[in-house]
Amino acid sequence: MGYIAVKGGTHAIEESIKRLKYERIHHGQTIEVERIKAGMRGLVDQVMSESSLYNETLAALAIKQAEGNPEEAVFLLRAYRSTVPRKHYSKVIETEQMNVERRISASFKDIPGGQILGATTDYTHRLLDFTLMDETDVAVQEWLHYYQKESFQGDEEQLTLPKVLDYLRKEGLIPPCENNNMEPDDVTRESLDFPSSRSQRLQILTRGETGAVTSLAYAVIRGYGALHPTVGELRVGTLPVTIDHPTDAGDEDDAYYIGEVKVTEVEMLMPVTVEKEYGKKEMEFEIGYGLVFGQNETKAISMGILDNCLEHPTPDFPSHNEEFVLYHIDSVESTGFISHLKMPHYVTFQSKLDSVRKTKKEGTKNEEGQEVKSG
Amino acid sequence: MNTAYNFAFFDEGSKREIRRATLKAIAIPGYQVPFASREMPIGRGWGTGGLQLTLSLIGKNDVLKVIDQGSDESVNAVNIKKLVSDTTGVATTDHTTEATLIQSRHRIPEVPLKKNQILILQVPLPEPLRYYEPSESETKKLHAEKEYSGAWLMLFEQIMKYGSMTTGADHPVLVHDRYVMAPSPIPRFDNPKMHESEALILLGAGREKKVYAVPPYTKVVSLDFEDYPFEPESFLDKHCRLCGSTGVFLDELVDEGTNETFYQCNDTSYCIETLNEVEPFGVK
Repeated sequence: MGYIAVKGGTHAIEESIKRLKYERIHHGQTIEVERIKAGMRGLVDQVMSESSLYNETLAALAIKQAEGNPEEAVFLLRAYRSTVPRKHYSKVIETEQMNVERRISASFKDIPGGQILGATTDYTHRLLDFTLMDETDVAVQEWLHYYQKESFQGDEEQLTLPKVLDYLRKEGLIPPCENNNMEPDDVTRESLDFPSSRSQRLQILTRGETGAVTSLAYAVIRGYGALHPTVGELRVGTLPVTIDHPTDAGDEDDAYYIGEVKVTEVEMLMPVTVEKEYGKKEMEFEIGYGLVFGQNETKAISMGILDNCLEHPTPDFPSHNEEFVLYHIDSVESTGFISHLKMPHYVTFQSKLDSVRKTKKEGTKNEEGQEVKSG
Repeated sequence: MNTAYNFAFFDEGSKREIRRATLKAIAIPGYQVPFASREMPIGRGWGTGGLQLTLSLIGKNDVLKVIDQGSDESVNAVNIKKLVSDTTGVATTDHTTEATLIQSRHRIPEVPLKKNQILILQVPLPEPLRYYEPSESETKKLHAEKEYSGAWLMLFEQIMKYGSMTTGADHPVLVHDRYVMAPSPIPRFDNPKMHESEALILLGAGREKKVYAVPPYTKVVSLDFEDYPFEPESFLDKHCRLCGSTGVFLDELVDEGTNETFYQCNDTSYCIETLNEVEPFGVK
């Protein structure tokens, strides 16, 4: 009978934790954090992005501890994040400063600086490469040696490129965009409120669970939304992060460089019809913006789509409803609440049982009453 | 004790911020104060709201009790207690009267609480109006305008359909004649304990990022109608098989051998204490 209150919890938990450790290592092998960092770039990037914590080593450690389960790894990193005091806010980063590794536009073939494919799986054949079964460190290093000789001559230089959309703005194809220099709201320091600010929306979207963000954006372009977007520009590269000098805030020259972050940035173009005077209609482009830690291209594009959706709320589609989207895409929140259903609900269930029994009793009473009347 | 982390897990700034939200909650009884809920080492929905309140309040001299659905030994209660004592080193207890902080999921202890105690309830869904209004910005407006006809209508419809109010746990209450509040899924049996409580009652919803409070000696009334009064779960003619108590919330159990239904105190520490009191008189 399942109602018996759970006893002996302490002992049970200890044994369960031991068993979990056993499951992680029972093959008698352990995977080094360095190797996870070296070989699981996609997972490390996804975990850093969903955790909103940029640290490859900690992400790799979380992945190791979580046995590669991203939901659990993100959970670990987010919890760690709660214990770290917020000492600085970085200075505004202009993405024109990105050291570009990959940059494409699906809207314009001929963009200044050209299309740079960089590292992408887009044009690989998804055939299992069985040679990887016995790839060795020696073979890898040998390959690297030749590749470096072939591809890198002299010092590798920084590659900064103008933004595709700026080029289009100059051409007058999209309306100019004013810089919004308002202090952004920090969703990890103040909870989300509605109607939300764009900075809140962008933060929730960028730390959203990859699958959830992708699913909702997919629903939008499949029909449950009012958008037909094109990738204006997608770029992957590193951005320098600087913070103000503690006593001399604002001075560019005195700012401290504290490192760089790798990000995927996407600017989506959405054609819209705008009504001008005398009912004349014109086509214009609007923008959806996506920026995520690491190389997470599908998520960045999806974020761009949802950003634009939420700029245009309509009751027709849940994907355009900010509460629907922003409240349900967070990995830690959704997985936490779903999994809490595993906890005992004995009291609440007993309480419901009482109500159900009461309605049954009342029901029989009513029926009897009617019988008396009809008789 | 785990010294890799700050006392009570959080950095001091985070604790202060949660306390500020808590003070506001105490100042406006029953009002849900938004706060920047942190991600915790336990799952969202597993008591992170209560845990954050506990960690923000706990000091070195506190004595902590954690219960989950009435039980001190339930796995989740043990887990939370372990985390708090690992990061603070404070003493824990099962005895309700000894505790200064009591974190609980879905029960208010049977032993009446005193003014030197704080009860912290874990809340899964803090919005009492969510049942009929899914949008947060809408429910905020309804609260602001004290527009609660939906809540009454919900109960009215239950009476029309089933002949009685069919709320299980979490029967809505009106706090200080102002805010309708979700008492967290405590059984209806526990609702009256909130009324004029000597102890401060704090309610924390981690995933939904809300803190709210019932300050000591505050009027808390369960919503009902004159002709259909509020009814707690009934344990009439039933008593605890172990300690003989009546007038407490009982778990319904089935004897595996005889298939007979029997009852037992849900509040396990109350049951044990009652047994210990009875024993000196020779009753076993």
